Amino acid sequence: MDWYRVQALVVKEFLALLRNKASRMVLIGPPVIQLVVFSYAATFSLNNIPIAIYNEDAGGAARQLIARFQGSPYFSIGRMLKSGRRIKDIISNKKVLLVLRIGPRFSRDLALHRTARVEVLVDGRNSNTGLIALNTVDAVIQAFSVHWADTHGSRAAPAVLVTRAWFNPNLRSRWFIVPGVVGLLTLVVALLVTGLSVAREREAGTFDQLLVTPLGPWEILFGKALPGFLIGGLEATLIIVVAILWFRVPFMGSVLALYLGLFLFLLAAIGVGLAISSASATQQQGLLGVFLFLVPAVILSGFATPIANMPLPVQYLTYLNPLRYFLIILRGVFLEGDGIAILWAQYIPLVAIGLVTMTLATWLFRRRLT
Amino acid sequence: MNRQRLRGLIRKEALQILRDPSSIAIAFIMPFVLLLLFGYGVSLDARHVPIALVAAHPTAQTSGFFSGFQQSPYFRPRAYADIGAARQALMSGRVDAIIWLRSDFTRRALSGGSAPIGVIANGVNANNARIIEGYVQGVWASWLAAQARERGESLVVPVDVRSRVWFNPALRSHDYLVPGLIAVVMTLIGALLTALVVAREWERGTMEALIASPATIAEILVGKLVPYFFLGMGGMGLTVVMAVVVFAVPLVGSLWVLFLCAALFLLTALGMGLLISTIARNQFVAGMIALVTTYLPAFILSGFIFDIHSMPWPIRILTHIIAARYFVSTLQTLFLAGDVWPVIARNMAALAVIAVFFLVAVARISHKRLD
Repeated sequence: MDWYRVQALVVKEFLALLRNKASRMVLIGPPVIQLVVFSYAATFSLNNIPIAIYNEDAGGAARQLIARFQGSPYFSIGRMLKSGRRIKDIISNKKVLLVLRIGPRFSRDLALHRTARVEVLVDGRNSNTGLIALNTVDAVIQAFSVHWADTHGSRAAPAVLVTRAWFNPNLRSRWFIVPGVVGLLTLVVALLVTGLSVAREREAGTFDQLLVTPLGPWEILFGKALPGFLIGGLEATLIIVVAILWFRVPFMGSVLALYLGLFLFLLAAIGVGLAISSASATQQQGLLGVFLFLVPAVILSGFATPIANMPLPVQYLTYLNPLRYFLIILRGVFLEGDGIAILWAQYIPLVAIGLVTMTLATWLFRRRLT
Repeated sequence: MNRQRLRGLIRKEALQILRDPSSIAIAFIMPFVLLLLFGYGVSLDARHVPIALVAAHPTAQTSGFFSGFQQSPYFRPRAYADIGAARQALMSGRVDAIIWLRSDFTRRALSGGSAPIGVIANGVNANNARIIEGYVQGVWASWLAAQARERGESLVVPVDVRSRVWFNPALRSHDYLVPGLIAVVMTLIGALLTALVVAREWERGTMEALIASPATIAEILVGKLVPYFFLGMGGMGLTVVMAVVVFAVPLVGSLWVLFLCAALFLLTALGMGLLISTIARNQFVAGMIALVTTYLPAFILSGFIFDIHSMPWPIRILTHIIAARYFVSTLQTLFLAGDVWPVIARNMAALAVIAVFFLVAVARISHKRLD
């Protein structure tokens, strides 16, 4: 490989990518904006869930219970209902997610040491939110219950749960999501830079000109891959810095382990991008290929929903997905403080995917030559 | 608008679609593959969660408590002899949580009460950890009730919560995710179908030829929209049939309302694609813009999986310009709750506004470019 020639090609690739103002913008602007927007948006934690309370009880105990809901940051009490007739309407019309109904005998039952009942009606259309809201309501009422038992001399339960969460004590889903967004955007950038690079030249006809230069096929591919590494690495660094400084995600592990992971992930992602690009004759096909890879790669990575919940055949499919391994590396390094020794099982598949896709790209590239 | 010219333009676009099979692949094969993959791949129902059970001093009481975990379909428990080994398993990801009964558990449970049960969850995936804690709470509550029954006393919990879940009583996450997925998939398809169409014509110079013809801008745009609209509706029909047949999601609402909303939504998606390619005039830039403005926003900002109420207010405002947001809400309502007109009418109005905005913007910008 002649370095001087490759260098000239790399300069040309950078010029092709960055000379046009619009393409410069789409490469640099959206990833940073998306990091901020998505990191704030993608949360499974509940805040300000609109609820309504229908209180039929005039006693003080019911008021104490309502005060606990008023004090909770998870709920915002949209309205206090005067009758039960409107419950169905306001849930169906999505005015509130749930209605808490306190029966007329609530305070009396509590005073007589009988079990007092509270009814919760939940909109199950989004069952995950419904389930979390239900658990949160349970927790608020349980806290009220325990406090009531303590202050009114009921017998203590034989055993109580003492819950702790490791690595993320307050269960902030942002700590889980932000490292995920880092992986997601790195993949998008790597595919953007490489996915159309060969197809664009083919459509414009400059590909033939490239072929009559003294550059060999390996050198051309290397020249096309290098800008991907540089731009992908720089953008990933920028995104990681924002994740640490702006979102305050704790960074517990080693920088070396993270960057080894980033390098191998870029190798795999750029290999995929170049293979797609070499296989397609037009930019439209290239774009289609990028989409067809990117969309399942996000879904089957464990970014939003756990891989363990998928059916077994789909779980096997995720082993082909480089993002799967990179997300484990990112979350491991950020939250669990993992080093290279723990993560080697993630590095090896990335190397394998990278080698296979790069070889495939070269092969497709050569096949198109003849 | 001249009927005959319009018919000619539609015929030209239709021929172009038929000649290049990639558009037909986008409209029919992509939704099929994606919905299948998403439908099976996206699930928030945790089953068989691996957990570690540790009893520092095993007795009949501790195994009585643990039997609840062994019978639960949510857990796949493994016994560990001591907490050190269990911690190691949690560290290396072999288990997601530890249930730890200390050596004084039996003594305290039988005498004074309030024996602590240690629950240590891996909090990295906060949502999953919260769901696991909910399941543990369920096992604990039924153990308490069984204990009280054994001792022949009724369990007096000060407050008992009775919950009823409407529209999806079994809380099957599939039933709400699949309708949402239709919206995400169709956002992608709609924009992909049209994103490159106009850009390609500009790049090849055939746009100038079209403009030089007697056809007006409105006719050119309608001519482009109509064939892709029918193609997109075909894909939409396919996804709805798959949702009902393959994923067994109940369709409570009426079909004609569903297709009315779908048509409106498709107009916004196609309009967005046209706008992108009109602005970009360059296939590379148009493709990139389509990539970053359609899929991920529809996935993350539409309320399909992440709850919109819980987002900070600037982001909440931003979600109002995402057409998928209205379509997700409409689809979830139509599939699970039925024709709830206050929700549907609100969403349809918003979709109509967005569609008109995109189409007018496309027409305006195309006019400007002519000068």
